[in-house]
Amino acid sequence: MASDKTTAPEAVVVRFAGDSGDGMQLTGGQFTLSTALAGNDLATFPDFPAEIRAPQGTLFGVSAFQINFGSTAIETAGDAPDVLVAMNPAALKVNLAALKPGGLIIADTGEFTKRNLDKAKYDANPLEGDGLAKWDVLAFDISELTLEAVKPFGLGKKEALRCKNMWTLGLALWMFDRPREPIHDWLKQKFAKAPELADANIAALDAGHAYGETAEISGPLKQVHVDPVASEPGLYRTITGAESISLGLVAGAQLAELPMFFGGYPITPASAILHHLARLKEFDVQTFQAEDEIAAICSAIGASYAGQLGVTSSSGPGIALKGEAMGLAIMTELPLVIVNSQRGGPSTGLPTKTEQSDLYQAIYGRNGDAPMPVIAARSPADAFECAIEACRIAVEYMTPVMLLTDGYIANAAEPWKVPNPADYRPFPAKFLTEKNAKNAEGEDELLPFARDEKGARPWIKPGTPGLMHRIGGIEKAQGTGHIDYSPDNHQAMTDARKSKVDGVANSIPDQDVCLGNESGKLVLVGWGSTYGPIHQAVRRARKRGLDVSHVHVRNVWPLPKNLGDLLKGFDKVLVPEMNAGQFKTVLRDQYLVDAQPLTKTSGQPFAIAEIEDAICDALGEPRPSQIGGEVDVNETQLPSPEAANP
Amino acid sequence: MNDMTPVQTTLKDWETDQEVRWCPGCGDYAILKAVQRTLPQLNADPAKTVFVSGIGCSSRFPYYVESYGFHTIHGRAPAFVTGIKLANPELDVWMVTGDGDGMSIGGNHTMHILRRNIDVQILLFNNEIYGLTKGQYSPTSRQGTKSPSAPGGSIDRPAQPCAFALGSGARFVARGFDVSKNLPDVLKAAHAHRGAAFVEIFQNCIVYNKDVFNDFAAPKGAEDQQLWLEDGQPMLFAKGTKGLARDVENMTLKVVDVVDGDWEGAGVMVHDVKNRTLAHMLVELPFGPFPMALGVIYDDPRPAYDAVVAEEMSKARTAKAGNLGALLSKGQTWTVDGTAQDPI
Ligand SMILES: Cc1ncc(C[n+]2csc(CCOP(=O)(O)OP(=O)(O)O)c2C)c(N)n1
Ligand code: SF4
Ligand SMILES: [Mg+2]
Repeated sequence: MASDKTTAPEAVVVRFAGDSGDGMQLTGGQFTLSTALAGNDLATFPDFPAEIRAPQGTLFGVSAFQINFGSTAIETAGDAPDVLVAMNPAALKVNLAALKPGGLIIADTGEFTKRNLDKAKYDANPLEGDGLAKWDVLAFDISELTLEAVKPFGLGKKEALRCKNMWTLGLALWMFDRPREPIHDWLKQKFAKAPELADANIAALDAGHAYGETAEISGPLKQVHVDPVASEPGLYRTITGAESISLGLVAGAQLAELPMFFGGYPITPASAILHHLARLKEFDVQTFQAEDEIAAICSAIGASYAGQLGVTSSSGPGIALKGEAMGLAIMTELPLVIVNSQRGGPSTGLPTKTEQSDLYQAIYGRNGDAPMPVIAARSPADAFECAIEACRIAVEYMTPVMLLTDGYIANAAEPWKVPNPADYRPFPAKFLTEKNAKNAEGEDELLPFARDEKGARPWIKPGTPGLMHRIGGIEKAQGTGHIDYSPDNHQAMTDARKSKVDGVANSIPDQDVCLGNESGKLVLVGWGSTYGPIHQAVRRARKRGLDVSHVHVRNVWPLPKNLGDLLKGFDKVLVPEMNAGQFKTVLRDQYLVDAQPLTKTSGQPFAIAEIEDAICDALGEPRPSQIGGEVDVNETQLPSPEAANP
Repeated sequence: MNDMTPVQTTLKDWETDQEVRWCPGCGDYAILKAVQRTLPQLNADPAKTVFVSGIGCSSRFPYYVESYGFHTIHGRAPAFVTGIKLANPELDVWMVTGDGDGMSIGGNHTMHILRRNIDVQILLFNNEIYGLTKGQYSPTSRQGTKSPSAPGGSIDRPAQPCAFALGSGARFVARGFDVSKNLPDVLKAAHAHRGAAFVEIFQNCIVYNKDVFNDFAAPKGAEDQQLWLEDGQPMLFAKGTKGLARDVENMTLKVVDVVDGDWEGAGVMVHDVKNRTLAHMLVELPFGPFPMALGVIYDDPRPAYDAVVAEEMSKARTAKAGNLGALLSKGQTWTVDGTAQDPI
């Protein structure tokens, strides 16, 4: 967004970066809300350090929040920011490389002190030389201006400086022509117990806004108006993946007509789900903070056994601990939903960064032949639907189901058209209340492991008169469920468990092509949170006339029945994923297709351009950068998927 | 335990058609019989009774009791019990575990079920050995226990289950042994206690750790080494000829002789199941110089976690039934009509 731009851009990317103590996530969150209220589509990417209170001013203590918003469909947080707000030297240093050439830097000179420059390992003040010539720079003393603005409220200096983020937010609100009232309201609510803090923050916000107005006369600061997006009529709100999964689980339990039991143990980034659900007792949601992840899943299985919908949630290391218990749920054929908010691994890995590297673990990561359905959410909004689907499969098939999401989806926010619960098909759980068979003598008999047409066994709540029986992890005889180690029986039970889970494919829709043709030269097959960048990259490539399609798989296990045939209609299959090539291997194994990997494990989501380059390489076409440089910002976001299908 | 409509049953009603697969002579048989004998006396309802176990010889127990049963995974039974009780506090749950299951791999869960005080009877069969895996030493094996994994004798110092339980915050701690005629009374007391009731049952593994408890649990001749505790009764043993008295100087207990039944004169203490300090002393008494403290050592109930949660849940539900539509549209929303936006 250079100063000479006069036309309204269709999309803008802004990154707020500062010290982890500067409140950048809060600033970003409120800016997101105002953007949503202004009717723009948007996607966000909060990127924060693993340390709770990283030492001030350091490079590793930088916290950033990026938002991409526009008047067209937005599906990624954007490759390169147009505007970078840098609250200190470290924030500038860490984020500068990402900034688009010609982009705008807004910097707080008050923080560019010798001490902070040293901490950021700058020899000289970057704001002073010509090192930033590629960009527009707007550097002024935000700290001082904030102190000035909040002076009447008599705060200490430290407290007063805490209002800096609101000052900056005020400026950003002015820049993008946003109303301040919703933020005023929010501040009043947030500081209801300390009205002087509310007033100070409001004053800072207003001062930032006023600064924009008065500084407009000259310099690089221009007010920009981004038109609202044309979206389906309805009621909207913003939602993060963690919220959406929580709400989807609540909806799923209601559709199953079951109380929900959620067993969890804190871990980033999965904890947010526990926190959301802990407040929903009136929805018959019981949360239990267990002593570890093993107890969390075991308690959830116990609750399922007793007739509730057991749910557990964790991230990679915790999911690893749950493995043995998942096997028990598979063996005893009890419903259970396991949510894995994936993060960078192995081991502790990158707790606050995103990755999709737990796919093998989800599909294969248990001892024995232990098949389990796996679903992957593609976006925060999609996670709602996926959570309901996970509940449905668990209850209808009497099986544990894993729902995969990741750190990116969990934290990112997007506008969400609030669904109407009445639009979903209920799948009420049925409990056996009477013996379900006759023995040779014609007497009533209980067969806890009899199977229905889907291969599911009956769900029998302890407490039901006359249906006492025993279950466990030891191999059980078909029908009766008595301990049975005999060779034929184990063969038959292994087959039964497999065919039941395979049969889930009969209850899911055929795989669609979400963009492009049903056959052709190249298909990009994605799963999970890579949806946004793949989709945008395929759009751009198709716009330039390339023959490429996008297939995005939700049911990663079992796979949709038509997927193999669909993929065989393409000359080439490219699988972008944030791991070392796991889904690629699954596809090769299942369909003997020559799926090629496009991998990324930097803890950052794919940039659209990275995928676009890979498309060009796969098709033997020159990359965009080789034939005339950057794609114009307005080209990065195209209208609806349907309209973009050439 | 729970308030249940009394149901008339006999020992036979609690037997399953499954073949019992413990080694002939194993102490587990006696415990099974004691439990099956006790359940009718409790008027327990098989349909509302659940036996939950981990893994081990002892954990096969649920297969042999005609009630609901869940044979889970090694060490994790407490977590399953917790989920079951939170989902349905009406169920009467018994948990069966071993010294390996409950004190080794599942030690963490044992601690937390006791600390949380879930309403359950926990029976820890202590045979001081890993039976099912063929005789390795366990966390309760005495130092020097020879086993395939410690041919020269174990070096580790053993853990004391009852001391562990008290340390974890247990509000009921009792001890018994497999062939003891008093075992049903101990089980009844555990069942009467609301909250987690921890019962350590010494059990003879006749194959891998034969007769290690004979000093106090031999079928004949070891009675003098048993101190059967009873609330409000003097702590006497050896046919009333000995008792436990305060050793004030050392802030502990001592054995005193009781002449002509004058236990008061000898300074013998009266057992008080609500005296936590006393309980700590009793579970730590070194066997040999002291008798084995058996029966109900400690019983001082506190509200059970599952009961408190159930109350909270029902309060939340009656206060306001959740409206999903309202929940989904919570927070700041905006309406789009036609193509233009309509910010609030
Ligand atoms: C995760 C796991 N690790 C190890 C085992 C093997 N294992 C089965 S039972 C057992 C020990 C049982 O000892 P204890 O709890 O004392 O029961 P006992 O057989 O003596 O009654 C072990 C180590 C297992 N089943 N699962
Ligand atoms: S190995 Fe020991 S504990 Fe196991 S059944 Fe045999 S005697 Fe009993
Ligand atoms: Mg043992």
